[in-house]
Formats: sequence, C-alpha cells, structure tokens
Amino acid sequence: MIALERRPQPSRAWSYLSPLLAVIVTMIVGGIVFAALGKPPVEAIRTIFWDPLFGDFASYFRPQLLVKAAPLILIAIGLSFGFRAGIWNIGAEGQYIMGALFGAGFALAFYPSEARWLIFPLMIVVGTLGGLLWAMIPGLLRVHFRTNEILVSLMLVYVADFMLDAMALGLLRNPEGMGFPGSRNLQQYPAAHNAELIANTGMHWGVIAAFFAVVAAYILLSRHVFGFNVRLAGQSPRAAAFAGVSADRMVLICMGLSGGLAGMAGMFEVAGPSGQVLASFNVGYGFTAIIVAFLGRLHPVGILLAGFLMALTYIGGELAQMNLQLPRSAIQLFQGMLLFFLLAVDVMTNFRIRLGRKKVA
Amino acid sequence: MDLSSINPLLLLASLMVASTPILLAALGELVAERAGVLNLGVEGMMITGAACGIIFSALTGNAWVGFAGAALGGLLLSFLFAVLTQVLLSNQVATGLALTLFGLGLSALLGQSFADARPPAFPKLDMPILSDLPVLGPVLFRHDGMVYVGLLLVVAVWYFLTRTRAGLILRAVGENHEAAHALGYRVVLIRFGAIMFGGACAGLGGAYISLVRVPQWTEGMTAGAGWIALAIVVFAGWKPVRLLLGAYLFGGVTVLQLNLQAAGLAIPVEYLSMSPYVATILVLVILAAGRAPGSLGKTFHASR
Repeated sequence: MIALERRPQPSRAWSYLSPLLAVIVTMIVGGIVFAALGKPPVEAIRTIFWDPLFGDFASYFRPQLLVKAAPLILIAIGLSFGFRAGIWNIGAEGQYIMGALFGAGFALAFYPSEARWLIFPLMIVVGTLGGLLWAMIPGLLRVHFRTNEILVSLMLVYVADFMLDAMALGLLRNPEGMGFPGSRNLQQYPAAHNAELIANTGMHWGVIAAFFAVVAAYILLSRHVFGFNVRLAGQSPRAAAFAGVSADRMVLICMGLSGGLAGMAGMFEVAGPSGQVLASFNVGYGFTAIIVAFLGRLHPVGILLAGFLMALTYIGGELAQMNLQLPRSAIQLFQGMLLFFLLAVDVMTNFRIRLGRKKVA
Repeated sequence: MDLSSINPLLLLASLMVASTPILLAALGELVAERAGVLNLGVEGMMITGAACGIIFSALTGNAWVGFAGAALGGLLLSFLFAVLTQVLLSNQVATGLALTLFGLGLSALLGQSFADARPPAFPKLDMPILSDLPVLGPVLFRHDGMVYVGLLLVVAVWYFLTRTRAGLILRAVGENHEAAHALGYRVVLIRFGAIMFGGACAGLGGAYISLVRVPQWTEGMTAGAGWIALAIVVFAGWKPVRLLLGAYLFGGVTVLQLNLQAAGLAIPVEYLSMSPYVATILVLVILAAGRAPGSLGKTFHASR
C-alpha cells in the first residue's frame, strides 16, 4: 500500500525542488501535446524555452523578456502577500486595466503638456491609485458585508474589461484618430511616455519598479512585523487574532497592496510598450501572475525567477506561433498545465510517501 | 429608444433559456460544495463543455450526443481536480483557479478547428394542450428539452439532499469530514462523486451556451458564467430551490439588458453589458444569507 504521511514540518528541499520538477513534467507532457498536434515536440520546446534567449534572433527577443516579465512580477509580488494570508484577490486583471485607465486618463487630461517632471510621476501615483481603489471594492465589501472577495474581485474584471471598451470608444478616444477606436498614443506624448531607459534593452520604469518591489517585499516579509503578521494570519488565523492582528485590516492592506501594484503595472504598460488605451490592451497578465506567484512559492525571489520563466513562455509561444504554426491556445494550455503540475508535485512538500502495509487499526 | 418593442412574454420566455446554463453549472457546484469541496474551476469546466458540445454534435449531427460529450468533458476535467485536491491534497482555491486557466486553454485548442461548425438544430418541445395555453404556454411550455432537464435536476438534487440517506451522508461529509470519517463514511470517495457530478453539470451548462444560446463556438464564450454560477450558490444559501430563484434573477438581468440594447437605450452598450456582473456583486452584498457547509474548502487527510 502506498500511503501519505504528514511531515512534521514542510520539507525545505521539496519546496525548492517541486517548481523545478513541475517545469520539467510540464515540458514532457507539453511535448506530448505538441506531438499530438502534429508538431515536432523537441523543436517546439526548444523554440519556446531556448530560442528567445540564445537563438538566431535572440537580440530582438531578450529585451522583450524584461518588458513581459515586469508586469507579471509586479502583480505577482502584490498577490503573494494576500495569498499568504488567505486573502484571494483573483481580479488583478481588472485592477491592471483600471490602473492603465486612470494613468492614461490623467495624462490625456493634461494633453499636450510639456511638464514631464510633473505628469509622469503623478501618472504613476494616479495609476496605482486606480488599481488600489478597484481592489478596495472587494476588500471593503468583504470587511463590511462578509462577501466573498474571490467572486467580487473576479466579477470586477469583467466590469473593468467593459469599462476599457467604453473608454477606448468614448471618453478617451483620440479626437484626431479619424474615428478609429483607441486613445492618443502615449508613446508620442513625451511628458507621459514610459520610454526605454537604455535603448534596446527593454528596460523601462516599470522594470525598475518590479525589481524594487521584489527587494521591498523581501525586506517586508523577512524583516518587518507586517510580513510576520501576514505569515501568521495565513498559517494560523486564530493565533493571529490573539496576537492582535486585525483580520479586517489585513484584508484591506493585502487587497490594497495587490491592487495598487497591479494598477501600477497597468499604468507602466499603457504608457510604454502598449502605448494606447485599446480594447485589446489586456492580455491576461493578471491571471498569469497568479501562476507566477504560486510557481515562485509566494517568495519574492521565487517570483522574480518565475516571472522570467512565464515571460519566456509568452515570447517563446509567439515565436512558436510564427515558426511552427503552434496555436496560441497551446501556450495558454501549457501555462495552465504548469500550475496544475506544481500543485500536484507540491504534495511532497507537506507529506511523505510511505510504502508498506497499512496497519490495521 | 423604443421600450414598447420589448415584449414581456418573450422576455419571460427567454429568461428561462438565458438562466439554464448558469442553473445547470450552479446545481453541480452546489452538490460539490454541500460535500465540502470548493471547486473554483466551474468556468474552466463550462468552457470545456461548450467546446466538447460543439465537437460531438458536429461529428454526429445530434445535439443530444453533443450534450453527452460535454458532460463527459466536464466530468473528466473535474476528475483531474478531484485527484489533485482529494488524493494529492492540494489547496482547493489554487487548484480551482488552475482548472479554470487550464480549461480556457484546452477549450481554445479543442475548439479552434470547429469555429465554423454550426450545431444541429435543437428542437423546442411542443407539448399538447400546455404549449397552447395563453400566456403560460409561450413562457413555460415551449422550450427545448434541456430547459426541462435543468428543472428536473433541481427537483432531483433537492430530493436527494433532503430526503435520501445518501444525501444526508453527503451533507455530513460536507459539514464535518472528521466526524463523517469517524463514522466510517468514505469521505474521499463521496467527494469524488460530488466533484464529478459538478463537472458533468458544468459541462452541460457550457454546452447549452454553445449549442443553443449562441449557437456556435467562440473562444472564451462563457464570459464569466461559471463565476456567476459560483456566486449564485452563495446567494442561494446552498439550497437547490433558492438556486432556481437566483438563476432566474440573473437570467432576467441578462435578458433585460440585451433587450434594452436592442431597443436602443441611450446608455452605451458597454455599460449595459456590465450589468449582469454588477448585479452579481450587488446580490452578494445585499442578499447573501445562509451558512456555508462546515468543511467547505478544507483539505481532508485521515491522519489523526
């Protein structure tokens, strides 16, 4: 008989090993899926994971890595606090959109301003505030009405998505855009443009914010009482209550933190790589960031690595789409599978397998 | 704007059709949650069901086979969830999210070559006498078979949960899995059953969208219906009959906003389209009542 036995303490070794194992298993099963689709499996895996970094056109793809990883890391860092404390903000995608709308809306309200020193910093503040406010809706509703923050935050993703459509077609539409949907391009608005800081590196202010968030989160979690309270609230809510940690305040702080960072990510994206408020602006970073957070073990450094890995699957996925005509959905499936396998392998962190006969009680 | 173009009888009739997918999915989730399992993967199972429904009905030319295939697809996906949460003891919230993300990708992959497929016609039932009744006839008795399957399932689930011994055991497992285990009930086995019933129902609900409501395949076509179904379970206080009420409420909002769009209300379409989601939130805030099953969402391991 194979039986699972609870470990007295979660295994450190397995908590590091299981993400790696999950990635390997996903590559193998993903390869089988690609083979079933009639694509060469080894070549497909190599196209996704190797070519963007070391292939022929790597110099073009490497900057993209930073561009794609930055929002994922920024959002996932915010989510990780809530996830640790058992507060499930699933609506980062919506907060990301609202951050972009707030930031772009603010900048466009002052069009054409020359005062970059004023506009751009305030855009960051306003964008962050947009995501924060959007996340406060599920937060406050949970605190005051005991509604489920998972459902409310998710419903607000759809609301935000329609809001984006409405803004792209209405209030924020480019008055000189000949009637096409979409706002003015912020890339041509120097005061608001989140440009590359060093040409052809992909390094923009959002990337710097992401790195800063990783460091800040690390310090907060390991050196600050807030980080301790977050871990306490997650592992033992009762103990946290006795220790004087207010559960309601924890909800609001964690929702605000994740919403604010998601909003900031959205603002950097709309002002930089994307440039425009358009219906097609959001590409699911808010959801992929959930995978990033778990794959990174809810730990800042882990999230940093996981963010790059997921960014790689986005870029490699696009490459595989061009070179091998691999359907876009295959990459989505691939990302979902990764989280699945991670959760499956994770059993080894908390349990050990015991072979032998079951004892008769 | 021309509100007189909205026919109240047609509105009520289409309300029943619009609420059926949510009703089916919510019913399955209700059984799973009464057994103590929180499966947040409803959206993923629904969309997979929608894709499977199109595929099976396009291949066989029979809508009922499509529904059966969709139920199977949803069931298989929920089996994955069951293995992960019940055998490998993973976190139910995270696994449910994974299931949704996975299901969205899987369905897009499965459905992409069926984008042009038109599902076979799904006939409306014509009941003697009943269908010809004034007012009630068009509202209640001129729908397709699945609408009534949904209603029958509500009654069946209500009967099962409140009037049978098996239902009592299932509820016991959901209320307190330690106690149920101590009494000798097979907690994991019962939960497997409940989860897979939920998966099959979600698959049916998804197929109803792709085979009847729309009817064709587009990526992400369930558009949050699975999440609304989850909300309705909370709204209904985990009671099947109130579930029906909740589903009709949302069906009503959906149909009304579509009718208002068609009538050319001066509000932009995007704001009207938000209304079902906003209504879900409002309902959760104002009306949410009832107590969740005691062991809902908790991992069970017979280690003590």
